[in-house]
Amino acid sequence: MAAWLGWLIESNWTDPFLFAVYSIVKPLSGAAILVIMYGIISGGNFNTPLFPYIYLGNAFYIYVGAVMTGVSWAVVDDREHYKTLKYMYIAPIYIPVYLLGRGVARFITGSIAVFITIMAGVLFLKVPLHFADINWGLFLVTLILGVVMLALLGLLLAGITLTVARHEGFIGEATAGALYIFSGAVFPLDVLPAWIRPVGYFMPTTYWLELLRRSLVGNVAQAFPTLANFSNLQILGILLGLSVFFGTVSIWVFRYCDRLARERGLIDHTTNY
Amino acid sequence: MPHSLAIETHELGRIYKLRGSKKETRKELVALQDVNLTVERGELFGLLGPNGAGKTTLIKVLTTLLSPTSGWARVAGADVHADPESVRPRINMVSGGESSGYGLLTVRENLWMFSQFYGAPSKEANERIEALLEMVGMKDRMHTKSSDLSTGLRQKMNIVRGFLTDPEVLFLDEPTLGLDVGASRDVRKFIIEWLKADKERTLLLTTHYMVEADELCDRVAIINKGRVLACDTPSALKQRLQKDVTFEIETSPLNGLTMQMMEEQPEVKKAALTEIEGGARWKLSLVEESALARVFNLFAQKDVKVMNLNKRQPTLEDVFVELVGRSMAEEESNERSE
Repeated sequence: MAAWLGWLIESNWTDPFLFAVYSIVKPLSGAAILVIMYGIISGGNFNTPLFPYIYLGNAFYIYVGAVMTGVSWAVVDDREHYKTLKYMYIAPIYIPVYLLGRGVARFITGSIAVFITIMAGVLFLKVPLHFADINWGLFLVTLILGVVMLALLGLLLAGITLTVARHEGFIGEATAGALYIFSGAVFPLDVLPAWIRPVGYFMPTTYWLELLRRSLVGNVAQAFPTLANFSNLQILGILLGLSVFFGTVSIWVFRYCDRLARERGLIDHTTNY
Repeated sequence: MPHSLAIETHELGRIYKLRGSKKETRKELVALQDVNLTVERGELFGLLGPNGAGKTTLIKVLTTLLSPTSGWARVAGADVHADPESVRPRINMVSGGESSGYGLLTVRENLWMFSQFYGAPSKEANERIEALLEMVGMKDRMHTKSSDLSTGLRQKMNIVRGFLTDPEVLFLDEPTLGLDVGASRDVRKFIIEWLKADKERTLLLTTHYMVEADELCDRVAIINKGRVLACDTPSALKQRLQKDVTFEIETSPLNGLTMQMMEEQPEVKKAALTEIEGGARWKLSLVEESALARVFNLFAQKDVKVMNLNKRQPTLEDVFVELVGRSMAEEESNERSE
């Protein structure tokens, strides 16, 4: 139900043609900025392992913004814009499930964007992705695990958003921005100063992106030293462990923030933004 | 077996901590103080008070949206703070004066979606939506996007949303706020019909319209500054004032008759005088109806003619003035200036 609602909100704001154009143009524009920057810095050398590393990392990072911030944004959207959060709250539903459902729509639109970005990379930028060489099993397991992990992180942000009595979209955006730097999305963690790297090692998104790259373009991804000493299975284990840890923390934080929001009277608080 | 009381509160209190600018210290706002109320099943109970009296805060606590800071409250037998999960399937709420809802969805889709959150079978929900929309005169707008509805129609849609799940206890917070006279009448009629259909249904309504409370409610609690000042049936509340007999009398010019002369009459408890075009208007509270003869004698002595005479029945507004010392409008403007 929540996913259906989310999908209508995501897709119904304009006519289908404009929505289709937007869905294609937006991810390609994002990728084009990165490709141009990379082209200038590397002197136009797209045949290094770094290019697919950056390109695929950036493409899959679309999920982080879409799913994680999508779940938390539902709080702002329902509370401020539609003024329905209080009615959801007094309904006999489990609010975290409703919020996760709202994130499903973002997952669908995010998946379209990721697919378009990767296909554009393969067709026009010679990203070395060969369908026959893809480790489909690893790819699907990693993708599903990662999306669940991102949705649970979104729940953590949703809890924090509940307790903030302002129109706070920045919580999701700031977190997604920080993870972009510390998760090795567009550069290997080794580029960062040694003292700050542990932040990246503690982020499940680091291992998620690494496994996605390995499953799609294995030999290229392993050209970087950060996690080269770990096998796929070891990284999957770390990803699973961190996902369970962050998932548990997220549920606990959401419950705590939910109680706090009820105590402070913030469930239906609007700022008339 | 259902709990005999639909709503029960004990010493219920709610204090808001207000935070201003960084330089300001935290202020506390007492929104509810020691509220003790019981509402029987099947009752239409009204909370009457000016804006800022604490009515909405009480509804928020009872609907599990807000935690109390002291005391406790039970709805349908379950504690709203400790056990909100037991309360939620049994209640619903509608807030007036707001245009909530998903503008991208049609009226039917909006309502159907909420019915699904309450686990209603889809076919049954659709039939009920159609019937309820028919009752509020909105069936022809069923497939209209709610963003295309006027404010009044959107409010009607929300009222239907509240009734759609057939709750044991329904909370209506100023349901007719912002509606035109005709729509308000429709809503009041609908509320009465809904309650009549099942004796187990309970409705708590907040309003600052005296007439609405008087017309609809079995019992009314008058609330001001977070405190319940009185709670009884509208007629019992009004009877408190009926110890005095109040007359409004319009007369010809006064010919030297003064307020002091009137007040010196032993049977006149209170007198108010307003000059009007071509004469004067008196508002007199007398100890008994027979004292009117003495007042007429006084008019005759001064050659003052009685043009119009009305025996005034006390209203809930009079009850409010008696309890608070000010009219509801004065109380609201006083709250704003504080």
